Amino acid sequence: MAAQPSDTLATLKTESETLKTKLEEERAKLHDVELHQVAEKTEALGQFVMKTRRTLKGHGNKVLCLDWCKDKRRIVSSSQDGKVIVWDAFTTNKEHAVTMPCTWVMACAYAPSGCAVACGGLDNKCSVYPLSLDKNENLAAKKKSVAMHTNYLSACCFTNSDMQILTSSGDGTCALWDVESGQMLQSFHGHAADVLCLDLAPSETGNTFVSGGCDKKSCVWDMRTGQCVQSFETHESDINSVRYYPSGDAFASGSDDATCRLYDLRADREVAIYSKESIIFGASSVDFSLSGRLLFGGYNDYTINVWDVLKGTRVSILFGHENRVSTLRVSPDGTAFCSGSWDHTLRIWA
Amino acid sequence: MTINTLSQDGVQRQQMPCLTKMERMIISMQDPDMGIKLRNQRLLITVIPHAMTGLDIVEWLIKKCSISDEEALHVGQLFVKYGYIYPLKEPRNLILKADDSSYRFQTPYYWMSTRWPASELDYAIYLAKKNIRKQGELIEYEKECYNALHKRINHTWDFVVMQAREQLRASKQRRKGDRIVLECQEQAYWLVNRPPPGTQDSIDHGPERRTTNTRVQLNAEFYKKEIEHNRISLARNRVKSSICLESYVKYCEQYQPHDPIMQGCLPSNPWITDDIMFWNMNSETVALPTKLRVERWSFSFMELLNDQMGRKEFLTYLEKEFSAENLCFWQACEDVRHGETAKIPEKVDEVYKQFLAPGASRWVNIDSKTMEKTLEGLKRPHRFVLDDAQMHIYFLMKKDSYPRYLKSELYKNLLARAIVPQETKKSVFPFMRRQRHSSPSPALATQTAEDDGKAKYSNSNSGTASRL
Repeated sequence: MAAQPSDTLATLKTESETLKTKLEEERAKLHDVELHQVAEKTEALGQFVMKTRRTLKGHGNKVLCLDWCKDKRRIVSSSQDGKVIVWDAFTTNKEHAVTMPCTWVMACAYAPSGCAVACGGLDNKCSVYPLSLDKNENLAAKKKSVAMHTNYLSACCFTNSDMQILTSSGDGTCALWDVESGQMLQSFHGHAADVLCLDLAPSETGNTFVSGGCDKKSCVWDMRTGQCVQSFETHESDINSVRYYPSGDAFASGSDDATCRLYDLRADREVAIYSKESIIFGASSVDFSLSGRLLFGGYNDYTINVWDVLKGTRVSILFGHENRVSTLRVSPDGTAFCSGSWDHTLRIWA
Repeated sequence: MTINTLSQDGVQRQQMPCLTKMERMIISMQDPDMGIKLRNQRLLITVIPHAMTGLDIVEWLIKKCSISDEEALHVGQLFVKYGYIYPLKEPRNLILKADDSSYRFQTPYYWMSTRWPASELDYAIYLAKKNIRKQGELIEYEKECYNALHKRINHTWDFVVMQAREQLRASKQRRKGDRIVLECQEQAYWLVNRPPPGTQDSIDHGPERRTTNTRVQLNAEFYKKEIEHNRISLARNRVKSSICLESYVKYCEQYQPHDPIMQGCLPSNPWITDDIMFWNMNSETVALPTKLRVERWSFSFMELLNDQMGRKEFLTYLEKEFSAENLCFWQACEDVRHGETAKIPEKVDEVYKQFLAPGASRWVNIDSKTMEKTLEGLKRPHRFVLDDAQMHIYFLMKKDSYPRYLKSELYKNLLARAIVPQETKKSVFPFMRRQRHSSPSPALATQTAEDDGKAKYSNSNSGTASRL
């Protein structure tokens, strides 16, 4: 008798779910202590005073993404109306501006050399623009189309050089591209829905990255083989942001379930949840301070919450933005962090 | 984010988690014992039941969530913005005031989770009612919407007007108090779902996620892959939590002095004092590095290599030890791994000639097994063909040369000479703000030879900070 295709699918799904449950049980077995218990002997943090030190005004619409240049003071930001701006955040001067042919430019990244920026969004592509200092030069003319997805581009990031770009997309995949040729070097399949974010591991061997998506899963990938090495599924909603802990042994994620969570890669499990009853709206973007002691989260309720990573408590709440905080990054030398918001501005906090 | 709604194909989409949380709290607020004490509120000559003041809301939130006034006001404000609480006195102003201004809970009928997206038909009926009740009562933007709707759903306009009249007739039969309450509720709902131009649109949520056009195929192949992944994960080697978590405590402790946000930085944080001395003193080409910087090289081999100056110092040391080729080889492998795909064959060939070929000028000492495997792989060069060899040399340097470097005179000497900057305080007088200097853009590196004559550095006194 022929097996019904629907039976097989249902059986497979059940089998997968059963394995997932077993996996969580296995992971729990070696969990002998909580992070905040280990951190009891650590000194508590004092009063935290961080203020807006710069406000970058110039976008005519929602700011969606930002990235720092390695020179520690320049920033590239992208917005809903297709504008991508490069700022010297220190002087607040705008240095370059490009208008993309699409709206909702949700991803942008600064090249390690500082000589180019990559961006993309509803055009389903990732394009690289070399930055020219000739005022008359039309940056758009030199644009290079690198990545092609079948749905929106949610995030992009250069690897250790200007020559490769990692992208994540609403089509449920991530991909690694060669910038010069536009060739796809590797694709990463495994998410069951839109992939919303990614981050490169700062490890010695530099071969992995983590991604988070609408399937509530975060996955760690081997860049060489395209295989998913580890995955975690403890969030209750879309994962908007993932960021590695500076040592590379863990990563944090921010989700629409209004929590941020810390996952340890060696223990292979979630080790901390950062949440509070009064925090109702999703975390859109997270990043660590240089030492990894602080976790900054930009939220959809217009605030920025600062968490003590070790003790699990909230250290401070920063007000100032007048609409959703959509993106947040700590500067390369940890002297400040920048937040971008739907209120059209970017703020530097220190 | 998508909210609870039935899409075209009847598939229920995911409820927005923040709405669930807000509703849970709203229900708590209305708890007869632990909730906010409601009372009657006089509105002109009518008495509105079950009202509360803004202050009541804020105080309740402070107590319930253990938060500050500022945060409580902020959270309360969100309830008003999303239409769960509405103001009685100035209904058009969806703002929470922490004083004796009156507010009411919106009826669940009009909650965002039950009634979203707002239907055009309902809006048309609402506007029609307003229009009928008092001619010309519609505000400018409402008039525009009304006319636009009239055009768009003209075919059902009779039904719209009929419904409007029917609802008006029904409401006339209610008590005045109830009527006013119902009107307030309805008005609040429309203020949230059809905000006047210029006000913030709370329900604006960005591009659709999980759209149907390119969904991941959740087919047999997908689940088979997932099963395989889960099986492998089950067999994984895990480390005890106590060990892993202890490492974070150590890491944070070690790096705290280097974390400008945690502990400040010397001479000062440029973003706070407008003085860029900190960046100048830590630049790649500075003559003498800071003590913190040199100390950091001892934290891990990666820290040393990630700092260009550290790398140079290490190379100098290796040269003295006659093992500089290791670092050069490692760098060349990095270049292959992260460089342009098209250039890989020629780069790999270069590496072979310089480092791996028998009798090569900078031959690296790799174990025979790895060497054999690498040479075999070179026949068909690809991006990762040198990985094994590179890893071998990396760990060789890490385990052997690196620890010896840290004990060497070269390193200790540099550490002793390294600078500890003097703290410069922020100017006491706010009007004596330092000039914020520009710096040459990294993009200048791309200037071609022809541009040399025109190349300019914009007011760059980037080497010094001027004092006013």
